[in-house]
Amino acid sequence: MRNLLTLLLLVSLGTSVQARGVYQTPDDFLAEVFEGSPPKAAVIWLRGKVKTAAADILGHNYPALRIRYWGEAKRTAWILEEIGKEKPITVGLVVEDNALKNIRVLEFRESRGWEVRHGFFTDQFNGARLTEEQKLDRSIDGISGATLSVWALKKLARLALYLHSQTPYAHDPP
Amino acid sequence: MKRPILITSLLASLLITAPSIHAATPTVEELWKIIQEQQAEIEALKKQQHSTEQKAVAADEKAEAAVEAVEETATTTGNWSDKTHIGGYGELHYNNIDADDSDNDKDEIDFHRFVLFFGHEFTDRLRFNSELEFEHALTKDTADGSGPGEVELEQAYLEYDINDQLATRGGLFILPIGILNETHEPNTFYGVERNDVENIIIPTTWWAGGAGLSGHYPNGISWDLAIHEGLKIPTSGSSAFRVRSGRQKTAEADASDFAYTGRVKYSGIPGLELAASLHYQSDASQVSGDGLDDGLLFETHAVYQNGPFALRALYAEWNFDGSGVEAAGADEQKGWYLEPSFKPREDLGLYARYEDIEGARDRDQFDQWEIGLNYWPHQAVVLKADYRNRDHDLSTESGRDFDAFDLGIGYHF
Repeated sequence: MRNLLTLLLLVSLGTSVQARGVYQTPDDFLAEVFEGSPPKAAVIWLRGKVKTAAADILGHNYPALRIRYWGEAKRTAWILEEIGKEKPITVGLVVEDNALKNIRVLEFRESRGWEVRHGFFTDQFNGARLTEEQKLDRSIDGISGATLSVWALKKLARLALYLHSQTPYAHDPP
Repeated sequence: MKRPILITSLLASLLITAPSIHAATPTVEELWKIIQEQQAEIEALKKQQHSTEQKAVAADEKAEAAVEAVEETATTTGNWSDKTHIGGYGELHYNNIDADDSDNDKDEIDFHRFVLFFGHEFTDRLRFNSELEFEHALTKDTADGSGPGEVELEQAYLEYDINDQLATRGGLFILPIGILNETHEPNTFYGVERNDVENIIIPTTWWAGGAGLSGHYPNGISWDLAIHEGLKIPTSGSSAFRVRSGRQKTAEADASDFAYTGRVKYSGIPGLELAASLHYQSDASQVSGDGLDDGLLFETHAVYQNGPFALRALYAEWNFDGSGVEAAGADEQKGWYLEPSFKPREDLGLYARYEDIEGARDRDQFDQWEIGLNYWPHQAVVLKADYRNRDHDLSTESGRDFDAFDLGIGYHF
């Protein structure tokens, strides 16, 4: 029994190590979204009604003064972060024609709730829009034991849709 | 005579109009002077504009640098406080139990659990997690240790990520069995009190000291293995063969006989969790020849959510070997429950639960109906109300049959 315990620890400590939880870098995500040539980043400042609306969606102020985004035609891409249980989850989101086109977890740092980073969960967001009450227009099925991570992604989906609506790309291309 | 008069009139009119003629048509010299002055003004304005533009650029650069510095400060995770996390949950219960035998009535309010989480991240891959629980709000420093409350260390372990899909942990941790054992914050489940199957059959919260390994894969399959301290189930007295009384809580625990726990879980479809756990201990009392030998627990459960509808179902069964436990009829202890629920609004949930339990003690053999609601004024805060009806299997325990009304407040941060 104690031999098994020792073996388990040796197996654990002897295995090679990779970087933890970085599934795609923001640069790679943007290159994929804009087919290799992302446009120059634009900025949306978090002040006034934008700041208030973002805080309402998140339940707290977004921890930055401004948010960079990348826009082209009627599409914008966002790299946003929100804490799940203890650590920030970095998420790449693409909004096109005021609907979520893609949501991808770029970096996950929590020890629980890893399911949210997989396509079987994030695919539910594709096509989601924002209602007048700033809610998603569809139900997102949760994951037992990953409640806080699910909440974090739902908030970021709403935030990206709202921020997109505040850019020139929400209607006609500038 | 007429001529001199005409000349005089002309001269007079010229004298009168001369200044206006002079102002309307400046001389060339005057025009040149005006042009030079205007040119000088234009040059001055140009310089001023250039200077303003330079100042604007400089101010913009300074503002950009300040914003970047603020953002950099906000995202820096290098210091101790950024790597240390505090959280917690708590729940206040009101229970009003009306039993068939009034001696078993209960009418009480209790701050059942006050829990604080502390975690620290040493590196990106190595972290510490802990959970300190204070039950029933008061502990008394009495000679016999009596008093309503307990202070318990329910988690204190180091976790190391071997790679993206494999992690190991060592220390005191919660065992991967059941639905509530790992996730039991009050805002995540229905009912003021936790269900009884995951109390009597699975002694939630069930933690142990040891080591574990876990893996998870992109298809939604995950597994856990753990070697840890075993139960020390009593073989005599009023709690004989009662599993819950066997938890050693890693408090100078008898390590004569270790236990093994394994779980396989599938959560590859949103809203669905299917899991099965096995737990084995070759001597569930830690004492050989006392009538209780090995014990095997099998547990399986399903959690399914589809829009506003959800269902939880769990089955757990212990099988013990040993002459004493068999003679007492406690060699097979099992229970199951079904819990459908419906959320008509995002902040309101209604549920019903039926559970059937066959535990070791006579009082732990019953079935129970329960209905109730959760209201979430915030997603991490919950108000609960429920009604329970318990019916014992044995007529000797019918005095414990009851109808109960419960209220609860819970939070999690």
